Amino acid sequence: MSAMTETETETTVHEMAAQKYKYGFTTDIAMEAFPKGLNEDIVRLISAKKSEPAWMLDWRLKAFAMWRKMEEPHWARIHHPPIDYDDLYYYAAPSAPAPKSLDEVDPSLLDMYEKLGIPLNERAALAGVAVDAVFDSVSVATTFRETLSKAGVIFCPISEAVREHPELVREYLGSVVPMADNYFAALNSAVFSDGSFVYIPKGVRCPMELSTYFRINAKNTGQFERTLIIAAEGASVSYLEGCTAPMRDENQLHAAVVELVALDEAKIKYSTVQNWYPGDADGKGGIYNFVTKRGACRGRNSKISWTQVETGSAITWKYPSCILQGDGSVGEFYSVAVTNNFQQADTGTKMIHLGKNTTSTIISKGISAGHSNNTYRGLVKIMPGASGARNFTQCDSLLIGDQCGAHTVPYIESRNMSAKVEHEATTSKIAEDQLFYCRSRGLSQEDAVGLIVNGFCKDVLKELPMEFAVEAQKLLSVSLEGSVG
Amino acid sequence: MLEIKNLHARIGEKEILRGVNLVVPDGEIHAIMGPNGAGKSTLSYVLSGRDGYEVTAGEAIYNGQNVLAMEPEDRAAAGIFLAFQYPVELPGVGNANFLRTALNAVRRKRGEDELDAVAFLKLARAAAKMLQMKEDFLKRNVNVGFSGGEKKRNEMLQMALLQPGLAILDETDSGLDIDALKIVAEGVNALRSPTFSALVVTHYQRLLDHIVPDVVHVLAGGRIVRSGTKELALELEAHGYAGLEAA
Repeated sequence: MSAMTETETETTVHEMAAQKYKYGFTTDIAMEAFPKGLNEDIVRLISAKKSEPAWMLDWRLKAFAMWRKMEEPHWARIHHPPIDYDDLYYYAAPSAPAPKSLDEVDPSLLDMYEKLGIPLNERAALAGVAVDAVFDSVSVATTFRETLSKAGVIFCPISEAVREHPELVREYLGSVVPMADNYFAALNSAVFSDGSFVYIPKGVRCPMELSTYFRINAKNTGQFERTLIIAAEGASVSYLEGCTAPMRDENQLHAAVVELVALDEAKIKYSTVQNWYPGDADGKGGIYNFVTKRGACRGRNSKISWTQVETGSAITWKYPSCILQGDGSVGEFYSVAVTNNFQQADTGTKMIHLGKNTTSTIISKGISAGHSNNTYRGLVKIMPGASGARNFTQCDSLLIGDQCGAHTVPYIESRNMSAKVEHEATTSKIAEDQLFYCRSRGLSQEDAVGLIVNGFCKDVLKELPMEFAVEAQKLLSVSLEGSVG
Repeated sequence: MLEIKNLHARIGEKEILRGVNLVVPDGEIHAIMGPNGAGKSTLSYVLSGRDGYEVTAGEAIYNGQNVLAMEPEDRAAAGIFLAFQYPVELPGVGNANFLRTALNAVRRKRGEDELDAVAFLKLARAAAKMLQMKEDFLKRNVNVGFSGGEKKRNEMLQMALLQPGLAILDETDSGLDIDALKIVAEGVNALRSPTFSALVVTHYQRLLDHIVPDVVHVLAGGRIVRSGTKELALELEAHGYAGLEAA
């Protein structure tokens, strides 16, 4: 092969590698951004931009003061160069005034969401799914608001909820994840710019799936969204979030906080398909996904169920958790985390049993390929009052290739003799004989890997709403393309 | 037609096949018998394309195609089917899903239309019924928790659906009771036609009572040392393989 064609081949290979992340485009739109760096003035600017009441600004400033005294946590099995928090933009938004209805949304934004497969046009939208779209620091569109408000459901950008429903926001914001809970939560509390707010009133079953679509577009910009979901007595809701970002060579920070509150007999199902840009095959670029997600089962017999499919991000640091306070409350965590190339994931959950007869289930499936590292970290804590508490944990790791790592770090603390805690863990490799078996039946190598991986994740994927399950299956196969052979 | 000429293959430094010559015309069933370590499984794997076997000389031509140069999945599409001695478990992968994915992959490569779920299920149920398999077979995960006999029947079910031109049965009879053995045999016999041929690799003659071969070959020391009619199998059963290697 001549030198010329070698270069050509190399280019083609690079192009192919780049194509694998199909959400990597950028949208060209006039943007407004505050100066780089973080100080009290920036916090005040964000608050002023959102026309926030004084109590909200005070809350942010308090969080900011706490954050300045805190240190970045380093206990997770992740490694990254130091983050320069003064080299980031903390607010970026399309410069046109906030749209009042879908007709006013910038057509290039609508185009972008179309490209991502998220039609915001209500007539075209999948029947039964209402969407809130968050672009960099602001919510650009929320669909089906009228239908939802007839049922009494509030589904709006959180910046709007701060102004329109202050009594609810003041009561619940920071009540599950306190502002100084951890370094990234404190940062988020100071500078969060938008996110979704959901309130399902007493006895209401939300008539459709709610979904938020997060998109980081601007360069050097952190995204700090904040989501708050409250299900009142006997209410129920299923909520989905999806995330993508353009391909950029530098790392970008995403530090979100999600709080869920379930009152008596309420049910919240929260599903995530996280596909932030993972960086290239050499580990360059990608999102740092440092997220705090926690749900409080405050009422008796309430239930919170987390399902996550994590395929993106250069680094994932995230532990969606449940505080099982109400007697008979139920917490669930179903997770698939895939790492390939140089991705790092340290993810898991915390189940804190406070109430009597509380139960929790943890099913975690970690898949590592390439040079990646994938850690499950979980805590099951049974407090003295949690008589009859039960937990079942299953952690399975699947290795593809011999350069990657899988780690399981379960913590179990039981302070009640009547509690039952079970933990099962397995680590396996995709065996050569499994691949050969599939191929001898006509499947290509990649289809065989996809089939085996999807089989491995089945217990989790079946928890996803139907249309997302199909998407997630495809995503798993795409994320692992080229990982074998 | 399958033609194997002077086939040499090794695993690492160890030469296992040392010049196999074999012709299996369409419509015929040939049995390969031989002592342990003779190279029977190696021959099966080399023909179906498993990694880890290095072909150092010779060739295998099936219907004019150079089999040894093809990927395993392309061999499947070309009509070669290997029934495994130890079928592999695929946890979490539903049998029906696996069968349909495989069938459609092969159909695509053969330029045929893919089957939708309804058409596939109709076909799969009929095949399962023929092999006296319960319907829940299709719902279970591929080979997970299957008994030895169930695994082999599952191989036959896959074979019935994929409709190969050449089936290689790698000691499919090992670990089977007589009822399961009959079912496997029926699975093969049901496919018999002028365009179907099979290579039945077995250690014992009892399978050949049910799948009657046109030719019996003895593989010993990496070569075919004798070929004959089905009576050869009976002779081997009576006298064993001793002395054959020197032949």
